[in-house]
Order: sequence, then C-alpha cells, then structure tokens
Amino acid sequence: MKPPRWASTLLDWWGDPNTVEEVQGDLLELYEYWVETGGERKARWRYGLSVVKLLRPWAKLKENESSPFFLNPDMIRNYFKIALRNLVKHKGYSAINIGGLATGMAVAMLIGLWIYDELSFNKYHKNYDRIAQVMQHQTSNGKIYTGTAMPFPLGKELQNRYGHSFKYVVMSSWEGSHFLSLGEKKVTKTGNFMDVDAPRLLSLHMLKGTYDGLKEPNSILLSESTARALLGDRDPLNQLIRIDNKMDAKITGVYEDIPFNAQFRDLTFIAPWALYVTSENWIKRDRDESRWDDNSFQIFAQIADKTDFEAANRHIIHSKLNRVAPEDKKYKAEIFLHPMSDWRLRSNWENGVQTGGLIEYVWLFGFIGLFVLLLACINFMNLSTARSEKRAKEVGIRKAVGSVRSQLISQFFSESLLVVTCAFVLALGLVWLVLPLFNEMAAKRITMVWSSPQFWLIGIGFTLFTGFIAGSYPALYLSSFQPVKVLKGTFRAGRFAALPRKILVVVQFTVSLALIIGTIIVYNQIQYSKNRPIGYDRAGLVMIQMKSPDFYGKFEVLRTDLKRAGAIQELAESSSPLTGVWSNNGGFHWPGKDPNLDTDFATIWVTHDFGKTVGWQFKDGRDFSRDFTSDSSSVVLNEAAVKFMGIKNPVGTIIRWGEGKNREEFKVVGVIKDMLMQSPYEPVKQTVYMLDYDNVNWINLKLNPSRSAAECLTAIEAVFKKHIPSAPFEYEFADVEFGKKFAAEERVGKLATFFAGLAIFISCLGLFGLASFVAEQRTKEIGIRKVLGANVLSLWSLLSKDFVMLVVIAFCIATPTAWYFMNNWLQKYDYRSEIGWWVFAVSGAGALLVTLLTVSFQSIKAALTNPVRSLRSE
Amino acid sequence: MKRAFLGEFEEVVLLTVAVLDESAYGVTVTQEIEQKTGRAVGFSTVHTTLQRLEEKGYLSSKMSGATAERGGRRKRFFSVTAAGRKALVDVKSIREQLWDALPPQTLQLMGG
Repeated sequence: MKPPRWASTLLDWWGDPNTVEEVQGDLLELYEYWVETGGERKARWRYGLSVVKLLRPWAKLKENESSPFFLNPDMIRNYFKIALRNLVKHKGYSAINIGGLATGMAVAMLIGLWIYDELSFNKYHKNYDRIAQVMQHQTSNGKIYTGTAMPFPLGKELQNRYGHSFKYVVMSSWEGSHFLSLGEKKVTKTGNFMDVDAPRLLSLHMLKGTYDGLKEPNSILLSESTARALLGDRDPLNQLIRIDNKMDAKITGVYEDIPFNAQFRDLTFIAPWALYVTSENWIKRDRDESRWDDNSFQIFAQIADKTDFEAANRHIIHSKLNRVAPEDKKYKAEIFLHPMSDWRLRSNWENGVQTGGLIEYVWLFGFIGLFVLLLACINFMNLSTARSEKRAKEVGIRKAVGSVRSQLISQFFSESLLVVTCAFVLALGLVWLVLPLFNEMAAKRITMVWSSPQFWLIGIGFTLFTGFIAGSYPALYLSSFQPVKVLKGTFRAGRFAALPRKILVVVQFTVSLALIIGTIIVYNQIQYSKNRPIGYDRAGLVMIQMKSPDFYGKFEVLRTDLKRAGAIQELAESSSPLTGVWSNNGGFHWPGKDPNLDTDFATIWVTHDFGKTVGWQFKDGRDFSRDFTSDSSSVVLNEAAVKFMGIKNPVGTIIRWGEGKNREEFKVVGVIKDMLMQSPYEPVKQTVYMLDYDNVNWINLKLNPSRSAAECLTAIEAVFKKHIPSAPFEYEFADVEFGKKFAAEERVGKLATFFAGLAIFISCLGLFGLASFVAEQRTKEIGIRKVLGANVLSLWSLLSKDFVMLVVIAFCIATPTAWYFMNNWLQKYDYRSEIGWWVFAVSGAGALLVTLLTVSFQSIKAALTNPVRSLRSE
Repeated sequence: MKRAFLGEFEEVVLLTVAVLDESAYGVTVTQEIEQKTGRAVGFSTVHTTLQRLEEKGYLSSKMSGATAERGGRRKRFFSVTAAGRKALVDVKSIREQLWDALPPQTLQLMGG
C-alpha cells in the first residue's frame, strides 16, 4: 500500500524545495483516499501523474521571498548609494583610484586619437583607395634600391601603352618653395607643377574655378590660404601672378586648403606641368630627347575603376625596362604602384621588400597605450583586493542578512563602474587640457571629436569594459567569502592571497622599467648621432636658396659688398644645400676601376671659396684655388669616395666622366674628411665636388664671428635688398636644418618619455596605496615591535623590503625584454649607438629610488607612530 | 483600483477555501471540489492554483498540523484574505447584475 517509489524519489529531487514538505504530505494523504475510492492501480497512476505535473519546470516556482532580483531598480539605486558612501569614506583610496585610472584612460585616449589620426591620413582624397605613386626598384652593385624618382617619358608611356589600367596619370615636380608675386605683394609658398588631371586625381574641393584650371600653360590654382595671403578679400580669378620672377600665370581657380593630416598638406598652389617643362633647359632636354635614364620627376596615378593595384602592377612592371638603352638594362628597373593608403605608414624599403615604416610606431604606441591602461586597471584591482580583508566583514554580514552572491557581485561592479565613470569624465577633461601640448610634441593637429557618435560609443564601451575588467577580480573574489568563517574571525587570506597582488605589481614595474629603458636608449641614439663628426663647421653658417633668376650673376658684387659691410667672413655658392644632396650621377671611370662596378656618386658643384666658408678638412692634397686656372677641371673627393674607388694615391688621379661628346676629364686635387650632408644615421656617400659658377642653387654664408648673428643678418639683408630687390630675403641656419633631421626620432623620444613618465606615475600611485594599506594593516604589529624595542630603521626596512623585492624581480624581467626590442630597433640605423650596461643600471637604480621614496613615506609614518596609540585602538 | 482578474477555476478554489473555513489545505480542497462539482480535478492543478491565489494576495497560508498518516509532514493551511473576500464579492455582484439584466422571456426560455 505504498505509493510508487520512483515518483516519491523524483519529487524529492526535483520538486520545488519551498513547497515540497506540504506537497509530499498532501500526496500521501490523497494516495490513501484514492486507493479507497478507486483501487490501488488507479491510485498509483494518479499519484505518479500528479508528481510529474508538479516537477519543475512545469510547475511554477514559488519565489524566494527574501531576495529581490539583483537588477531590480531599487537594488541598483542601493548599489550606487553604498558605492558613493564608500568612495566618500575612503577619500585617499578613491583619489588614488580615480586619479590613476583617469591618467591611464587619458593616455589611452590620446594614443587612440593619435592612431586614428595616423590611420585616417590622406583619407581627405575621395579616391583614396585608388590613388598610387609610381615607384621603381633598381639593382645596382647587387643591391636593390627603391625610389620615387621617375624618368620623363614614363608618364606618357603609361598613359599611351598601359592606359587601360589608369584613369589618370599625373606627372609632378618635387614639392618645393617658390616666390609668388602679385604687384608689390610677394610670398613664398610650397607647391608643385602638375599635369592637368591633378585636381581630379586629388579630388580637390574647388571654391572658385573648375577642375580644368590647368589646361592653359600659363595658369595656376591656388589654395584658399595662398589666395588670401596674396589678394586678401579681392576676387582672385583671372589675376596675373609671377612665379619665381620668371613665369607668368593667371589664377584660374581656388581650392580648399588640404587638411594637415594628408601628404599634400603643403600643396598650396598647383601650376601646370607644361609651364614647368618650358621653365628649365634640362627638363626641355629630357622631353625632347626622351631621356629614360634621368630619374627626376614624380608620377601619381589613379587606377581605372575596374582594375586593382595588383593587376595594374603586373601590366606595368617592365614599362621602363622595355624602353631603356641596352646598357641600362642591367639595372633591372621594375615599375610598381605604391598605394596612397600605404604612403604614410608603409614606406620603408629594404632591398626591394617593403619593411614597414611608421606603422611600427602605430603598433608600438598602441601597445604602450594598452599597457598604461592595464597598469591603471592593475592599481584598481590591487587596491580593491588589498582592502578585501577590511570589507570581508561587510560581505559576511550582507550574506548573513540575506544577500545572494549575484547582488554582491553587482554591488562591487557598480562600485567599480562608479569609479570608472568618474575617471572617464576626469580623463576627458585631462585629454582636453593636454591635447595642445600633445599636438605640439607629436607634430599633429588632432582635435577632440566631441560630436562623433563613434567616439562616444568607443568611449563608453571602453569605460564599461575597463569597469568590468577592473571590477571583476574584487567582485568575484570578495563575493565568494563564506559568511561563517568571516564573521567568526577565522578568515585569513592565506599565504598565497597576496600572490596575485604581487604579480600585478611586478607586471606594473616591468612595463614601466621597459619604457624607461627604451626612452633612455632612444635618447642615447639621438645624442650619439648628433655628436657624430660632421666634417665641417656649422657655427654661423647661413644658407640662402637662389629661387629666382635675379640671384644669378651677382656673386662677385654680393661677396665684395658683404665683406665690406663686415657681415661675413666668407661666401660661396653650391648646387646642394649643406644638409642634402640634390644630385647623384653615374658614368665615372678611373684607372683600375672594376668594369662591373656601377658608379653612383653624389655630385656637388661649388665655387672657389666653398671650403673656406664651410671649413672642410683636408686629409690629402689641397683645396680649389684661384691661382690654378686648370682647377675648372679639378675635383675634390671625400674619404668615402676614395674608399669606394679603391685607389691608393688619389691625388693626381684622372677621372673620366661621360661618354662620347659629353666626355670630360677631371684631376683629383684633394681629399677631404667626410662631410655629413644627408641622414645622420647612414654612412656618408661617396661624393665628388666640382667647380662651377652656373650650376648652383644655394648661397652659403659664414657670418662674421666677431659680431652677433642678428647684426650680421641685418647687414646682409640690406645688401641683398640692394642687389636683388625682387626676392624676399629668406635664409636658413645650417645647424637648424641639420637639427630637423632628428625630428622624427626626437618626437618618438619625447612621446616615449611622456608615456614612460605616466606609467611610472601610475605605478607609484598604486604602490603608494598598497604601502599605506600594508602599513595600516600592520599597525598593531608595528606597535608591539616598537614596545619590544625595534627602532625606526629596522621597521622601515621591514616594511619596504617586500616592495623592493618586487621591483628587483620586475627589473630582472624588464632588462632582457627591453634589450631585445631596443636592439632590434637600433638595427635599422647604420650609424648606431651601443646599448651600454649603464642604461640598465641607471633605470634600475632610478626605479628603485622612486619605489623607496614612495614606500618610505608610508613606512616611516607607520614606524614613527606612537605604539600607545596603535595598541590602544579597538 | 484595477480589479484583479479571477479565472473560473480560481473562483471555484477560492470559494472552496472559504467554504472549508479553517480546515482548507491541499487534500481537503481537492476532495471538496471533486465531491461538489463531480469533476475529477488533479491535485497538481489545485496546488498550483492555490499558490497562484496566494501570490495574488487572495489567500494567506501557514504551516501546521503534522500527522502520522502524512509521514509527520506539516500541512499548509489556507485562509481567504480581505482582498480575496472582496474579489469573491465582486465576482458575485457582476454575475448578479448580469442575471438581473436578462430579459424575462429569455429567462423563461431557459427554464429559470
């Protein structure tokens, strides 16, 4: 007469626990009743049926009355109220938490904006993903060189023979600065001479005029700012201006300024290619003789709508090779397209292979941003878990009065969310404040994108994410405490409870130390390159570019007048500025030359006094001299050239240049120490210096050292205004121009310093919080130790020891890591510094010192506390 | 205040609890309904309805009266709350209004 066992068991296991008692009773009673009224079989059946119907999930759950749903609005309000009270109660902790997190977020935001800016470079142009620059690989002496300089006929060739691949092919000059004058108004602006299709290719926004503005050879398009500089508010259309005092052009259009984050940002005017071709004899010659061997121009192209870069590349790869003279085939010219989307970030080539470029910095700073943010999150987690023992009692009581775990988790998450939200708002403010400074440092014009929904979406998503990551550990860890243990007082965080905290501190300091080491190495490399012997005397050297024909033929009068005015020590002219090489040439021969050697020399034409002006130093032979009329066919070589040529006694060697009617012979009269004119990170190129008074572009002045530079320049300006009134007086200091070669590295250095500083700051902030927590926790212990006779020094070392250990471990991890990465970074410089052990010693000692300072503040404070006080409390 | 909806079976159960007065619990309610209405009602249906009515606030319950025949388990006794009584009265008055509104000839046709 028992009800079926299976049904009872089922009910035991799966029945609703809130009502199972009365249900079991009721069913037993009913079972007897059913047996009486309908027999056992029927009773068993009905019993079973009832049980099955009462099993969850069919039967409705009787709700647990004691705990409301954890996302109930009332609960949420409660969470935040408690969170706010907690924040206000522990002002110090909150300040460290919010401040540290805000700093981390601000850094991440700045880096995010920077990366966004880098990635959106050149996107101003509508056909961004279809535009490319034509480039070529050439093989010389077994190495592949990659460049953007193109021969004159290639543009036409691409248009005529390979036209199906291209929508537009645009020849262009190099970007250079030119005088523009309109009546009395003169300005110097940078711009290019470009083919008719340039405005279409660049999808310029025309404010006045049309895209056809370059059809006439004597026309010019101005950017808005150039037009304003020249004409003010007058209507620019159809006004006549002069370019470099030699070309006349009618303004046929005005386009919106190209934004700062675009390659063409300095394209402030565009003059027609046709005008350029007729302006110089050598270009005309290139055109008329269809010279394939003179790479002197740029070509930009937009590929046809239905093709892609790969297909186009396949077509044009041999477009040059098929046309060059047989003797030039050995250079194996390969033409290819470099897409606009890669111009900014992937523009380094090594032996014919793309090896990245700025993209490395995008990655680098992206990682740094993530790491700094991580450091800030670690602080937050560390401080929260460190306080967990304090809050363990709270958790115990909450659980005892009926909190369930989900509510505790939400409680802690809402606390971290509150902190993170405060930090986010603070970070926005910080970014807004720091952005101008950051822009200056990074040479950017980044603006806050307040109105972009994307920015807010990312910002808020990022806040939630950070809040979740930072809050997860305390939320999951604290809420798992068992109330009984905690309240009974037997809760001990155990020997390993502090382990994760220690690991996190080690991670923090590893990152900070690696950043510091990296920064030192970057600066070391810059300093090393700056101290490199340059082979001439930069002090008081001023360069003036001869931008218009008016400069020419005035050498003697300028020299005499300037010397008479006492403004200069010496004056000379040269074809290249002191900080660059404008011309390279091959086709040299000398006795004993290896016939397979491709001779590629930097060729620089100078006037007699060049040596005296720049102060170059002779190793052998003599300088050019007016005493020898034969010097018009003499050359001076640099050491690199002698080494490249492999000759024993260079002075007196006859060098032959060119073939046939262009053949010329030169005698080597002197060898100078290498003059550093190009990249300070690369070896000096073999260079030939020749005498010439016509083929020059720069006037070099050595200021009178007995007078101040300002005085000299005023005097010089007066002389120039007298002899060359048409041109504005514009000059450059050689040392300033040379300094600009370090701009990229210095920028990286400055940014790295900035981030390393912040990383260390955040780490110390966290350490400070932890130290104060530890000191507070050990108040009683310290009191007893003091009563038993410990002195302040021993207490200080007791409290500081742990932290110092962590920093030492971090140092051991950071050193090899940083060494590995920085060594890789240095490999890309030919002229590079060694990584000395002192770098690591200095950064390690620095980190240790900062740690000790941070920790000592708290530990000494704790050690000085009167034991009576600390022992009396409670 | 919005009047709470009372289903037909809910009404029957609620009324039965009221009828049984002090001794209403799962078993008695089931048996009473079976006997009064002559229809076989499942215990599970009655049980869930009782719970639902308690949730709606028409019934209150307390545990007591463990007996040996139930294996020493307690019973959950139900009693009608004020809200329950009001709901019953409401339902009844609506029914009466409807009956009263019935035209006399229809009433006759129905044999009333």
